Amino acid sequence: MAQQSGTIEGFGTGHQSLWARYKLPILYIFPAALILAIVTLYPIGYQVYLSFTDFALRDLRTGQADWVGLDNYRRILRNQVPLPNFDFWRILVFNFTWTIANVFFHVVIGVAVAVLLNRQGIIGRKLFRAAFVIPWAMPPLVVATIWRNMFDRQFGAINLLLGELGLKSNIDWLGSTTPPIGFLSFLPLAFYAVLIANIWLGWPFMMVIATGALQSIPGDLYEAAHVDGATRWQQFWNITVPLLRPAMVPAIMYGTILTFNQFNVIYFISNGGPLGRTEILVTQAFKLVNPNGLYGLAAAFSIMVFFILLVITLAQNRVARGLEGWSDA
Amino acid sequence: MLKPDSVAAVPVAQPVARSGAETGYARPRRWGPILENIAAHLVLLVVLAIVLFPVVWIVSMAIDPRNISRPTTLNLIPPGASLDAFKRVLTEPHANNVMFSTMLRNSLIVAVSVSVLVVIFGVSAAYAFARFRFPGRKWGLFMFIAVLMLPSVATLAPLFVLLNRISIPFMDENVRTTLLGVGIAYTSGAMPFAIWNLRGYIDTLPRDLEEAAMVDGATPHQAFVNVVLPLIMPAIAITVLFGFMAAWTEFVLAWTFLTDPSRFTLAMGLNSMVGQYSSNTPWSEFAAMAILITLPVVVLFFMLQRWIVSGLAVGAVKG
Repeated sequence: MAQQSGTIEGFGTGHQSLWARYKLPILYIFPAALILAIVTLYPIGYQVYLSFTDFALRDLRTGQADWVGLDNYRRILRNQVPLPNFDFWRILVFNFTWTIANVFFHVVIGVAVAVLLNRQGIIGRKLFRAAFVIPWAMPPLVVATIWRNMFDRQFGAINLLLGELGLKSNIDWLGSTTPPIGFLSFLPLAFYAVLIANIWLGWPFMMVIATGALQSIPGDLYEAAHVDGATRWQQFWNITVPLLRPAMVPAIMYGTILTFNQFNVIYFISNGGPLGRTEILVTQAFKLVNPNGLYGLAAAFSIMVFFILLVITLAQNRVARGLEGWSDA
Repeated sequence: MLKPDSVAAVPVAQPVARSGAETGYARPRRWGPILENIAAHLVLLVVLAIVLFPVVWIVSMAIDPRNISRPTTLNLIPPGASLDAFKRVLTEPHANNVMFSTMLRNSLIVAVSVSVLVVIFGVSAAYAFARFRFPGRKWGLFMFIAVLMLPSVATLAPLFVLLNRISIPFMDENVRTTLLGVGIAYTSGAMPFAIWNLRGYIDTLPRDLEEAAMVDGATPHQAFVNVVLPLIMPAIAITVLFGFMAAWTEFVLAWTFLTDPSRFTLAMGLNSMVGQYSSNTPWSEFAAMAILITLPVVVLFFMLQRWIVSGLAVGAVKG
């Protein structure tokens, strides 16, 4: 018995071999690790190799190309890339703005609706929950196509709806180059259009995660807080938020990564326009591959995206851990 | 008149007065929750309207008999509404001469196997990361999330080259062109989130439960299967849903890898419709197809809702 509980803690008696000591963790992790190693780690390694070559369409079957060193990275940072309106730093700033705005709205709306739905006496709770998950359940391609058509200047449902409400109804959502908010001059109207579409698409995920986490908060805590005279607002900030955090932090990190690389919405709705003002790094990388077939250059792009996200995630992890210490103190 | 009466009544009515004061204080509280509840419902209905607006729009498109490429008016139910588009999508061959039923079968095979594999591999790895102590635990966990950071658009080329080299024994083809290859890629793509989410959930369970089981003579495996698994059903339900959805809706990778039309998935079928509609869109059919693809996921969510929303873990910890 002692030996078993010793094994589960991962501490052997000292006489055990490495295998005996770590048999359980190895057995439990191996299948997942194997698949990831084949399908993901190998391609990442290959990707790193590609980023130092001039790999192009013609090399796809053989997998061989010429070594060019850091040339691809240099070209990207100096904006010497065969793409119209390419400006690496502008796109990077836009990519960050896009991610922060989206994740903020996803989390706020997702948690708010999850909390609302968790109240007592909500009629049709199950129907609401099932309906709210529809945006998430739809194939991204469908969502993107629907929204692009909804934002159409002449025939789009948004302008038609605004017209029926007696408002301005010839808004050029995706083509206008004048920024609607003066001091945010790098954000064209198309940014708000894709933002709306992606908020619509992304908040249900956060709602589902928050709903799952809300169920594990014991009701006694709220009763006790109520007896002690805490308002609902206080209960929300002092009970709900801290107890949602363990579930929400990984979801936020995950959401940040997905949003930073949200290819479908940008590519199929605004296609980076107008004048490349809504391009993100991934859509640019894709455009290098299709139609240009510049796999080497695109690989360098991906590696850069990888390191940017690595830094963001490590920073988020730091912040999350810092907050943890602060609230526990 | 009143004054002496009330004065006289004071001592007698003291408990009543106190409870009166309480109800007076409680009156806004009694109405408060009701008003709050009405407000909550109103907010939820507004959210519902926003969520459903594009959905209603696409439904009205699907039942529009004119099969127009561009709608000019906002009609909830277009004139002469019919289900013809659904019938055509279900019974007539799609691009590349594939039938809906064929694509449905392929999509189901891939999505069901991916969700099952993701749960099996994900749960076991998540359990190890949550409960066992071994060198490289944190680093390994971070590796799993780090693989998400490489844009999936970018891993296509290397994966293509790799899977192209592996061939299936006794069959004259490589893994790249089969549903197996696509399924493995999806499983790998869905696993990082599954592991993270499941580990987070297992972390919230007290270790006492497993320790108690092992004191009673259970092996670590038995403790895992009989004690932990039933308690993490909500997280497993989310993982199933997630894996199913990832495989069900993905098309870029499938579109690049699969060449034999008899292996096409529903998402690919939909994508080929978009390809056509730059010229002459069968809009009603696209809309009908989109609805048919979305429906199973909504149904699955509805079926899993009981687990997602149940507080199994809470009950066990409390009880």
